[in-house]
Amino acid sequence: MTIEKYLVKKTSLPVLFDKIKASGKVVKAPKKKSHTTDFADVASFSEVTDDYIVTTQSAKSVAFPRVEKLFNYVKSKDGVQITDYALNAIPEVVMWGVRPCDAAGFDPLNAIFTWDINDVIFTTKLKKTTIIGFSCQNADENCFCTSVGGNPGSTQGSDILFTKLSSGDYLAEVISEKGKAIQALAPELFEAAPSEDKEQNLAKVDVKFTKEIIKEKVDKYFESDVWKEQAQRCIGCGTCAFVCPTCACFDIQDENHGKNGHRIRTWDSCCFSQFTLHTSGHNPRPTQDRRWRQRIMHKFSYMPDRINVYGCVGCGRCSRACPVDMNIAEHLTNISKM
Amino acid sequence: MEEKNIYKPYLMRVEKITLEAPGVRTFRLKFENEEEANAFEFKAGQFGEYSVIGEGESTFCIASSPTRKGYIECTYREAGRVTSALAKCEEGDVVGFRGPYGNTFPIDEWKGKSLLFIAGGIALPPMRCVIWNALDTRENFKDVTILYGAKNVGDLVYKNELADWEARPDVKLITTVDPGGQTPDWKGEVGFVPAVLEKAAPSSENTVAIVCGPPIMIKFTLPVLEKLGFTEDTIYTTLENRMKCGFGKCGRCNCGPVYVCKDGPVFSYKQLKALPDEY
Repeated sequence: MTIEKYLVKKTSLPVLFDKIKASGKVVKAPKKKSHTTDFADVASFSEVTDDYIVTTQSAKSVAFPRVEKLFNYVKSKDGVQITDYALNAIPEVVMWGVRPCDAAGFDPLNAIFTWDINDVIFTTKLKKTTIIGFSCQNADENCFCTSVGGNPGSTQGSDILFTKLSSGDYLAEVISEKGKAIQALAPELFEAAPSEDKEQNLAKVDVKFTKEIIKEKVDKYFESDVWKEQAQRCIGCGTCAFVCPTCACFDIQDENHGKNGHRIRTWDSCCFSQFTLHTSGHNPRPTQDRRWRQRIMHKFSYMPDRINVYGCVGCGRCSRACPVDMNIAEHLTNISKM
Repeated sequence: MEEKNIYKPYLMRVEKITLEAPGVRTFRLKFENEEEANAFEFKAGQFGEYSVIGEGESTFCIASSPTRKGYIECTYREAGRVTSALAKCEEGDVVGFRGPYGNTFPIDEWKGKSLLFIAGGIALPPMRCVIWNALDTRENFKDVTILYGAKNVGDLVYKNELADWEARPDVKLITTVDPGGQTPDWKGEVGFVPAVLEKAAPSSENTVAIVCGPPIMIKFTLPVLEKLGFTEDTIYTTLENRMKCGFGKCGRCNCGPVYVCKDGPVFSYKQLKALPDEY
């Protein structure tokens, strides 16, 4: 559908929020908790914060949670009984306050979980998720969305995108049918489109490189000392993957509680030394520089080659969260200049 | 798109357990559900995720031939958590299986050719499916040669089948053990696989070589094959990268632009050469 534009007054926002909550949908919104801001259940709009560059964790958990119970089982003397995943019990979720980078992150995730074979748990969750995006008025030195094809006011991946105008009121862009359904909950709040330009109300994020240049360079410099130089300080903690909105690598384990249990899928990281370790002791990527190279190659070469999408949206979380100060934007900028 | 939980395993009953070598067992598995059994198809070279419910999943090839219907077999060495739990299973127990996954040996393209199988140690199981597939359709192939080596006599797997192959006039079987691994009554060769291959010097004319073994064996066998006249597209192998999902999502077996679970596990030497050294 073509994008429809409206004005939503500052004072209408809490009303819309309450209407969505009253509709029975699960609403998750950014909430401050000590030093973090994350998507959480909120009792009322007063708990919702708009004071964040990006949330501490990305929005991906709504469709790809840290731990997913794939099915339950019961073991007994006579054998095993499996209870399949209850797909029909997946609720409708509204993610309120998603930044454009996070909204764009669902594209690469969806590509991974649907290429060749459909991961129906992921796709059902995503289908039942409505993304209410909020453009960025502020960016920090770690943001680089504009270098990987995004921008602080991009509508990609959102169902409705709100942009705060100079008056404090909002430009609402209704992007999809799911967005229309939200609008239909309180159509009176969506007034005639404002005349003010969206662009002047967005954060400025400088273009440092392009994703195409990174692809060209990493394909050319697979064998290079640059990986060793950049990964020298990496401690292989995997934090970058855990905060990343597009990282999808996972592990599968069984978790038991007496005779009951569930097979679970948990986040994993190519930066962990055991990720590729064979039972024999052989490790295809035995050193941290190779694992760092894999992280970058996967996002900027293998993913575009195989599933036609880049695995980075420039949110900068990996740089913010890294305990040893590895800065991906800086490293990618250096690679782009090789 | 298919609306099925792709992580949910089939339940299969362990019908028969064969102890092949110390710590190495073959399980014959039968579907608990008849509908699933009837719908199930696979081809030589494919693999699956086997699980003991409550302990987790482990990846092995299907070691039986698709020409033998009604069951699948896997052969594994007791090593980690899942294989140790499998080793405690008894006949009649129920295990999980997901699959088949991955590509297959291009056995249809090999019609009219001679086949040379070279395997080392616990790498005979991934080749056993294609060996039996070839022997069960023997009229399609010219000479069939099997060279199989292990550290010592005790470590040789499928001893009954080795005896079968030995007795068959239409199979040339060469078995070898590493120097010092022989017993007083050992009648096979003594020496490492690459050296025994060089000595046996099988013809490369109209022949496909299928090699599977530990990386060190493969490394020294490939130059011998090239010396014998085999080319990079007449040599095949099957890779055994660590895997979790089996369908190109968990990221573990990614090697260059290739997912071993989807694009492999079977690769020609030509394809292998194009990959980064990360397998």
